[in-house]
Amino acid sequence: MNIVVCIKQVPGSTEIQINPTTNTLIREGVEAIINPFDLYAVEEGLRLKERYGGDVTVLSMGPPHVESALREALSYGVDEAVMVSDRAFAGADTLATAVTLAAAIQHIGEPDIVLMGRQAIDGDTGQVGPSTAEKLGVAHITEVKKIETVTDGVATIQRMLEDGYARIAVRLPLLITVVKEINEPRPASFKGKLRAKKAEIRTLSLQDLGLTPESVGLTGSPTRVMKIFSPPKPTGGKVFNGDAHTAVAALISELKKAGLALKQPSGD
Amino acid sequence: MEGITVLVDKCVGCKLCIKTCPYDAIDLVDKKAVINDRCTLCGACVEACHAYGAIVIEGWEPVQTGDLSIYTGIAVYVEHRHGKLVPIVPEIIGAALELKEQLEGQVKEQSGGDTPVAALLIGSGGSGLAQELIEYGVDEVWLVDHPDIHELAEDTISDVAVQIISEKKPAIVLGGGTVIGRSLLPSIASRLRTGLTADCTELTIDAESGLLRQTRPAFGGNIMATILCENSRPQMATVRHKVMNPAPRRPGREGTVVTFDVPVQPSRFEMLEFVAEEASAVNLADAEFIVSGGRGLGEPANFRYVEELAKALGGAVGASRAAVDAGWIQYSHQVGQTGRTVKPQIYVACGISGAIQHQVGMKSADVIIAINNDPDAPIFSIAHYGVQGDLFEVIPELVRQLKETA
Ligand SMILES: Cc1cc2nc3c(=O)[nH]c(=O)nc-3n(C[C@H](O)[C@H](O)[C@H](O)COP(=O)(O)OP(=O)(O)OC[C@H]3O[C@@H](n4cnc5c(N)ncnc54)[C@H](O)[C@@H]3O)c2cc1C
Ligand SMILES: Nc1ncnc2c1ncn2[C@@H]1O[C@H](COP(=O)(O)O)[C@@H](O)[C@H]1O
Repeated sequence: MNIVVCIKQVPGSTEIQINPTTNTLIREGVEAIINPFDLYAVEEGLRLKERYGGDVTVLSMGPPHVESALREALSYGVDEAVMVSDRAFAGADTLATAVTLAAAIQHIGEPDIVLMGRQAIDGDTGQVGPSTAEKLGVAHITEVKKIETVTDGVATIQRMLEDGYARIAVRLPLLITVVKEINEPRPASFKGKLRAKKAEIRTLSLQDLGLTPESVGLTGSPTRVMKIFSPPKPTGGKVFNGDAHTAVAALISELKKAGLALKQPSGD
Repeated sequence: MEGITVLVDKCVGCKLCIKTCPYDAIDLVDKKAVINDRCTLCGACVEACHAYGAIVIEGWEPVQTGDLSIYTGIAVYVEHRHGKLVPIVPEIIGAALELKEQLEGQVKEQSGGDTPVAALLIGSGGSGLAQELIEYGVDEVWLVDHPDIHELAEDTISDVAVQIISEKKPAIVLGGGTVIGRSLLPSIASRLRTGLTADCTELTIDAESGLLRQTRPAFGGNIMATILCENSRPQMATVRHKVMNPAPRRPGREGTVVTFDVPVQPSRFEMLEFVAEEASAVNLADAEFIVSGGRGLGEPANFRYVEELAKALGGAVGASRAAVDAGWIQYSHQVGQTGRTVKPQIYVACGISGAIQHQVGMKSADVIIAINNDPDAPIFSIAHYGVQGDLFEVIPELVRQLKETA
């Protein structure tokens, strides 16, 4: 089975704030990490390989710096790492990212299963997975919490929904995005770390993928960020303290004053 | 770095851009900013440098998808499950109606000045929902009612939606920020080769250009971004749950149902079974009263404190990620960035510090009440009311006094 896992390198903290006087982002010594959800995708790729055989290739699009993310993935035991990097790719929105990732996946070969994270913690969109699946012309399932079986080219999958989960059977090839419930990622092994250091990382450029500069990066992106700003600062409300009886009595009387019933009217 | 330029004579070496860059992509060389190859052209530095104007990004000239003025009106994708509209549908229609008003207020730019709001209703037996949609205020229902379209057959639905959107050419398409919406809309946008903004919390029309301004949180809610889709159509967005004002329902309202007879591709998915969450896990997203517990509970058995209060209020039980990660309660109860977004009338946070990732999931609750023994816990800065004290004393006391007042 050919398994491709797409990982994104993201700033290691979302604790990014905006300086209220200058209205600019303040970044405090953030280092780059693998998007947390993508670690579950890597782990699921390894588990599928252990169950059904095959090869796991990780793929990351980004500046040359993503090499460190790819080496980390190698240390967990994936077979190959491919870096998709070219200045022309910079500034890509989810559509341009999908165009690029799909071209890279096709370049690597015909995948049976493509795994991605549910969303990246910097952009928080979750759109790259479904969008890439369309570009590849394969089916996709988001929010997958379990891959039950893959037999005779048919995967049986559990997908989370707001009010429960659905069990779905679908023929490969397939792209899925995973939630963290799907597994518990393994730590890097000593052997893996050694291999990760030496392994060669293949790099794919715009030319390798046969894409035009207009279809990728900033120019290939229909959306544009016109403004960034901080969310309005909360002010905080009334806090009661002292012994529990008095504090709770004060809270309830305050709620009553505000006309709030602390109880579902239709309740028991 | 291509595409981005530092105008050396304008750069004063103030380092504001360096502090701002989320990707560590700017260095100071000889007191001037130099962009390195980590740059993703995100534009944060351009904002940071607006006082000096020393950083510019060029080359943003995507191909136009032909004549944009032929795209008019607003279409809302209608998600329905178990034969009913999902709760977010009236909220999206509410947002669409507000946009319609804003667009029609700027008639000068528009040819006809008329901005119809349509509902895209695809499924089997969906026609029963058409009248309800009209009562919520849509002018037209674009209907495909076909026995083979399962509610979760997203590939088939996406295919049908693309055909109708291509034919009707709405200028704006909105969908819900639900599990299905956030899976289906990207596949539709990808096929139409247009932009899509995820999980918007504010949608307005730009007074000058008439474009849709799509505002959404990013970086776990730490920053907000306003996004435009200038050169392709339709402009597409998913809308965050429980943020927009739902359209009121007006029984008996009249509208048009347009039935489409388009080819329906068989789905690649075979639905085996739907497993509803067990009864105790009330659908958090729709609950009006929620009591959540965090690490402050100390151990799994202590969730009974939270459950007891939830029961007294007639509400649902939520949790912080710390409590879920510790294995005290199931993931389906998690509220926050990586859990559910909720907007109840009352949200009671017990033993939850109120990390930003938790806040993004619950801060739009009408009333937030925090119970925490640490006066400096960030939860108090967003709580409308707080009790600073030991939750093991406060919760039972609250339950007792609530019973007395009832
Ligand atoms: C990418 C990412 C995504 C995340 N997504 C989410 C998410 O979806 N949801 C989420 O909740 N978190 C999320 N987090 C985690 C978040 O940053 C916090 O770590 C988490 O919310 C903390 O949970 P907590 O408040 O229960 O625990 P803590 O931060 O440990 O807070 C416990 C609180 O209980 C109080 N306390 C202790 N004992 C008592 C007592 N006896 N009486 C009263 N008060 C007491 C303490 O003062 C403290 O304030 C995410 C983090 C990351 C990096
Ligand atoms: N630049 C990228 N390179 C590789 N994978 C990516 C990239 N961007 C996004 N992805 C994948 O798409 C998922 C969703 O990302 P997003 O749509 O940006 O929230 C991530 O979890 C990754 O698996």
